[in-house]
Amino acid sequence: MAIVTTSKKACSVNPLKMSQPIGGSFAFMGLRGAMPLLHGSQGCTSFGLTLFVRHFKEAVPMQTTAMSEVATVLGGYENVEQAILNIYNRTKPEIIGINSTGVTETKGDDVDGFIRLIRQRHPQLEKFPLVYVSTPDFKDAFQDGWEKTVARLVEELVDPVDAAAPRDAARVNVLPGCHLTPGDLDELRTILEDFGLRPSFLPDLAGSLDGHIPDEFTPTTIGGIGVDEIATMGQAAWTIAIGAQMRRAAEAMQAKAGTPFRLFERLCGLGPNDEFIAFLSEISGRPVPLKYRRQRGQLADAMLDSHFHIGGRKLAIGAEPDLLFDLSSMLHEMGAQVTVAVTTTASPVLERIKTQEVLIGDLEDLEDLAKARDCDLLITHSHGRQAASRLKIPFYRAGFPMFDRLGAGHLLSVGYRGTRDLVFDLANLIITDRENNHQPTPDTWRSTDAGLPVVPPQLH
Amino acid sequence: MSSLSATIQDVFNEPGCGKNANKSEAERKKGCTKQLQPGGAAGGCAFDGAKIALQPFTDVAHLVHGPIACEGNSWDNRGAASSGSDLWRRSFTTDINETDIVFGGEKRLYKAIREIIEKYDPPAIFVYQTCVPAMIGDDINAVCKAAATKFGKPVIPVNSPGFVGPKNLGNKLAGEALLEHVIGTQEPDYTTPYDINIIGEYNLSGEFWQVKPLLDELGIRILSCISGDGKYRELAYSHRAKAAMMVCSKAMINVARKMEERYGIPFFEGSFYGIQDSSDSLREIARMLIERGAPAELMDRTEAVIAREEAKAWAAIERFKPSFKDKKVLLITGGVKSWSVVAALQEAGLEIVGTSVKKSTKEDKERIKELMGQDAHMIEDMTPREMYKMLKDAKADIMLSGGKSQFVALKAAMPWLDINQERSHAYMGYIGMVELMEEIDKALYNPMWEQLRKPTPWDAGSVNWQAKAMAQMDAQAAEIAADPALAEATRRAKKICFCKAVDLGTIEDAIAAHGLTTVDGIKERTSASGGCGACKGRVEDILAAQPVPVVLQAAE
Repeated sequence: MAIVTTSKKACSVNPLKMSQPIGGSFAFMGLRGAMPLLHGSQGCTSFGLTLFVRHFKEAVPMQTTAMSEVATVLGGYENVEQAILNIYNRTKPEIIGINSTGVTETKGDDVDGFIRLIRQRHPQLEKFPLVYVSTPDFKDAFQDGWEKTVARLVEELVDPVDAAAPRDAARVNVLPGCHLTPGDLDELRTILEDFGLRPSFLPDLAGSLDGHIPDEFTPTTIGGIGVDEIATMGQAAWTIAIGAQMRRAAEAMQAKAGTPFRLFERLCGLGPNDEFIAFLSEISGRPVPLKYRRQRGQLADAMLDSHFHIGGRKLAIGAEPDLLFDLSSMLHEMGAQVTVAVTTTASPVLERIKTQEVLIGDLEDLEDLAKARDCDLLITHSHGRQAASRLKIPFYRAGFPMFDRLGAGHLLSVGYRGTRDLVFDLANLIITDRENNHQPTPDTWRSTDAGLPVVPPQLH
Repeated sequence: MSSLSATIQDVFNEPGCGKNANKSEAERKKGCTKQLQPGGAAGGCAFDGAKIALQPFTDVAHLVHGPIACEGNSWDNRGAASSGSDLWRRSFTTDINETDIVFGGEKRLYKAIREIIEKYDPPAIFVYQTCVPAMIGDDINAVCKAAATKFGKPVIPVNSPGFVGPKNLGNKLAGEALLEHVIGTQEPDYTTPYDINIIGEYNLSGEFWQVKPLLDELGIRILSCISGDGKYRELAYSHRAKAAMMVCSKAMINVARKMEERYGIPFFEGSFYGIQDSSDSLREIARMLIERGAPAELMDRTEAVIAREEAKAWAAIERFKPSFKDKKVLLITGGVKSWSVVAALQEAGLEIVGTSVKKSTKEDKERIKELMGQDAHMIEDMTPREMYKMLKDAKADIMLSGGKSQFVALKAAMPWLDINQERSHAYMGYIGMVELMEEIDKALYNPMWEQLRKPTPWDAGSVNWQAKAMAQMDAQAAEIAADPALAEATRRAKKICFCKAVDLGTIEDAIAAHGLTTVDGIKERTSASGGCGACKGRVEDILAAQPVPVVLQAAE
């Protein structure tokens, strides 16, 4: 059981954290024809936009209410109204998703009230989906923005269903956490469909940010789940939530439509996937396809081959709570020691991370602790590259943003296959590092303190 | 906040800016920040601009006072390069929370400054103000002053909350902070008659190092570069330079002008993009230094270096000219790049079908007109859809732009090249010019485009737009081939001069009617080649193809 502590520093150095509003915008991007709108000054949007573009290498729709100094002080009703009308008239979206920012929350803009007034004044917007989520950036982090926004989407867009009404047995809702990539969602879709299930993903980033060439240019999202499909999600037989952050949305779905849910806190690793596949077999009433029996065997073999290299490694990992829990648990199960764990925001999973202490802090904390505790593998998002090069230890990029490598959207960590690839990638990284930086020389045998030879970490 | 609004007023009252000088007093007070349209804008904010302008000071700690969004979402995204300290690459922010907003964030800021000094001991700290602390009334000037006194170190407030305006205003506010708090606060160990300042150069991808060896060779010392690869101490004694070159015309004009006013350092506006511009800039630097007391022989040495470098660069560029013949470029960028890159591309024989002037000043536009002609295709504000259409209609062969609009080109299966701040290649000076050509050549002729533009074999042929567009073009070509009159009309309608919109028929008619034999003659009668001059080669080809008009010659 890990003890969760919060950094006491006044100055955050090399932040691991990103803001809550862009986490919310990210969730809206998984909807078809969506335009995420940040209610704040234009930099709030510009920074988020740049971040997404650098990560996905895709055109990203995002808009701003462009709050000026005066508008901020007087209140942003006119800016919100104008922004909605401009987007509605110009880009013809299917939904506008609004997130607040620190500046409009400090002022205290009542955006829900604004929306009611806007609908009154502009009858054409009466039925148009405008979803607002309060996400001040002086509170919480990226993952929280996603969490709140998905829950709100369920509350606002899913049609209520009579609890006694018959459910569509083959239909399943999937509520994925923001730590899953579009590639992960594709993989999950394939697995579910192989069991004869028809999944609805909310949000569905695989449709919008999976890096395809669109048939025509649109300023809104392309692909993703449609508002019409979300409305009918209440008819599904089950909701599968992935990551502890999705509990809130799953509960909202249950409250709204009585849909039972099962929460999978992680889907990377042998055990979690066994549970997942067994659950799918149970709800679909179908035996596990041969394909997954084979993949399970491959993962088992990959774990055998890789444990020589991953086992005993002292790992420093910095990530948002659900990703941290997911990856560190898998690596712990592979014999690595989670020596340093740093995260961005509170979550119930943190206490269950297999390490002594989880710190809510920044990358400076991660770097200092990794140095003090002599870690030999660093895992975090791309901003950790400087720390890794100073520490001179191998660096595995995980999470968002990943701006200095290509294909971030297609990385896979879910399922037997995803875990297999991840385990191999990590092991190969460690092998490369040993080849490049740790080849024994005559001197390495002499330079140890006790005059004893350096022995590789014990393998269990 | 009164001092901030005073500063903003002062910045708007920029005599160095032609646009401002032509305005009435009342208009000038409003400033030049066009109020952005909610729901129709996504540019950077003033904080963004201030940070961009100052972050290339490499040994300084840049501390952002605000909630996590301002720094957490944006750090580590620009590729300036440092020859020494890497402190600028670390990110510092107060990451204020709800409690700070209720009780004020000044104490947290003060503690943050102390932590940085204890841990990293930089020569100075720059503190950036953002929207939320500005709103709740955190007085960063007072905190910085108190911290500077207490710790005996310069702590410089940069008042640039995002909501006061766009990125460009932030650049200038950053400049004001330097003028007010840093420049002139220290003295150099020694001065030479060869000391210059470079203002508004950010050393992105280390590109200034493509030019610096030439200055070194000439014995010209860069006393301070504001701000690329800059050091705090150099900035503090930059007021002892003999002359200054301003590289980015929009960001730091206030710094250049006020340094001229206060310290008598004359400046000129130059560019190291393109061969001609590089040579002009070197010459101008030498001229100014000589004027201020450097020996006259500096000019001879400068000319010698220019001659040598130009010869090398021309020789290197020559080989691209055949592959760039008839290739058209769409340029979507802003400010200084919109003219400095125009000159560079024309040198290689590329034709510019349009350039965006969204962020350019009046001077920038004038320069474009000089280069491309009065009717230069200046695009004030182009929507992605229009850019897409322009590329799709094959009016351009390649787009050069910043990273945010790249997908417009790439998704249309059109070549694209990053010439903005996130680029990973350096394009400055004589060497950089050759590199830019190399990159354009690689992009244009990558065999991948041909594969990508082919329709999916199992699709019905018209399913994707690329196939549709190709089918349409094929149909048109067939129609033209079948009808001799139409074929002739099409041939004659071929645009020769894009700047002046002159077609082949008009030129042929003019030649026939007036017996023209020179490009200048054609220019006079039809205004073809009166613009950017890129079509000169095509006009010469037309002349060469004409039978000699003996009879008419005699008649005249």
